[in-house]
Amino acid sequence: MRRAGAVALNTFREAVRDRVLYNLVFFALLMMAAAIAVGQISVGIEQTVIVSLGLSAISVIGLLISIFIGVALVSKEMDKRTLYALLAKPVWRWEFLLGKFAGLVLTLAVNTAAMALGLLLVMIYVKHALERSDAVVLVAVYFILLKLALIVALALLFSCFTTPLLAILFTVGLYIVGLYVQELRNLPVEVMSPAMSAFTKWLSYLLPNFENFNVMAMAAHGRAVPGALILQNTLYTVVYCTIVLTAAAVVFSRRDLK
Amino acid sequence: MPGSAIEIENLTKEYPFGFLHLKKKTSLEGLNMQVEMGEVFGFIGPNGAGKSTTIKLLMRLIFPTAGSARILGKPISDVEMHRDIGYLPEQPYFYDYLTAAELLDYFARFHDLTAADRKERVERMLKKVGLETARKMQLRKYSKGMLQRVGLAQAILHDPKVVILDEPMSGLDPVGRREVRDIILELKRDGKTVMFSTHILSDAEMLCDRVGVIAGGKLRGVGAPGTLVDMKTQGMEIVFELRGTSNAPLLSKATRMGDCYRLQVAEEELYAAIEQLRAAGGRILSVSQVKATLEEFFMNLVEADRAQGSAVEVSGK
Repeated sequence: MRRAGAVALNTFREAVRDRVLYNLVFFALLMMAAAIAVGQISVGIEQTVIVSLGLSAISVIGLLISIFIGVALVSKEMDKRTLYALLAKPVWRWEFLLGKFAGLVLTLAVNTAAMALGLLLVMIYVKHALERSDAVVLVAVYFILLKLALIVALALLFSCFTTPLLAILFTVGLYIVGLYVQELRNLPVEVMSPAMSAFTKWLSYLLPNFENFNVMAMAAHGRAVPGALILQNTLYTVVYCTIVLTAAAVVFSRRDLK
Repeated sequence: MPGSAIEIENLTKEYPFGFLHLKKKTSLEGLNMQVEMGEVFGFIGPNGAGKSTTIKLLMRLIFPTAGSARILGKPISDVEMHRDIGYLPEQPYFYDYLTAAELLDYFARFHDLTAADRKERVERMLKKVGLETARKMQLRKYSKGMLQRVGLAQAILHDPKVVILDEPMSGLDPVGRREVRDIILELKRDGKTVMFSTHILSDAEMLCDRVGVIAGGKLRGVGAPGTLVDMKTQGMEIVFELRGTSNAPLLSKATRMGDCYRLQVAEEELYAAIEQLRAAGGRILSVSQVKATLEEFFMNLVEADRAQGSAVEVSGK
């Protein structure tokens, strides 16, 4: 774990020095523009507009980072052969993978936390005060972070056995499918054969379920998120990430480097 | 006999290629070799001979199709074995956003060193490879030679018992090559085992206790550089000066080298040749034996290999 920690800290340092966190400038400008624009909108929907826009921006920026950098975590090290000297040290390949995953999740956590802080500041500017119910925004941000961790794990898995371009396509594809898992589960059985119905049900449990992470509407309207959902999403992310990372470690542990 | 530091048994590596990966290219075929404890072992061969493949197999960067290897008595699958091994990859490339000191500190973290110990070793290694003044510069600004020095520093940072260097002289200027040679000799003095691959034969002849010659994925010979080649004297070389002119028939066979001449004769003709040259007004400067060099041995192998067309063996299923 100590060795995975060293890899994680180096991954975080790489992200910082490669100016990944510069996206925060874009987010800050977007939020400032939104804060000015919302003043022109009629009273009563400032919260909805600001929260929806802020959470969407946090989600999209996080998605871009988690997919593109997530895929590059391993493939870049293999292409540039920086991995050679590292794997000649007493470190297991799974420790390397775990470290890369943790490093990017740490980067996303810092990035997301900074954006969440920016969002709260804009909310204070617009509403002049925060209310207790605004805490739901933090829950929504936490769910976004869980979702991003899951995406990083998937991107890491795909990059262990295919090209970066295909890994990006697979990750994006799986994310889009994962947004509609509930629909897949609830497909009307009468239009399908029993075998097909069983297959879609089984598939809906196998695919990552990203629908449960979306509480943007609740946050925008200040409605509380049930504690059970917070616990369920946390456990779901931990278990799913563990399974995906284990698969990645199995694939990567037998992979020949160039 | 102190025992073997590296034992390689029947190590084979095949790479699948072509549509559906049904064809195979053999990069290394049944390699059997030992590197003894405390020796400097040179692994020589032309480009694509299988040197780097062997080293990558030892480092578990790639996995063998068949065969096995042990380093310091432990199977290479044991990651903890790497505590006692230092490795310099061929044409090393490191995290270019780090400085040399940061990179060495990062790698030191994998060796259970305390913070104080890490700091002391990093400083010592930077001094050893002559990068003290560039320690705070990001590696993206380093030249190829400087990267090679950083690579060497990270390979010996943790005081390993076995050091494996893949083309350590590659990309270095004469001064850099000399410094690497000195480091290898220093490692030997400290009782370390050093295995390095090279295609620069003079380096191998100068540094190695033994060399292994590989071509076409097959080991072609192992031994001390002097014993590998035919030790029989191939002739005698006479270097002489000549004042004035002479029509001695022997002079037509001599080659002019600046102010002096060089003449190669059979061993049994040496004394007669010296007398003739003296009679012609020549002054003998030196007489030495002419022996086959490692380079000639190496080139003969490569030529034979090319003739057989076996550098790349392809088998279809």
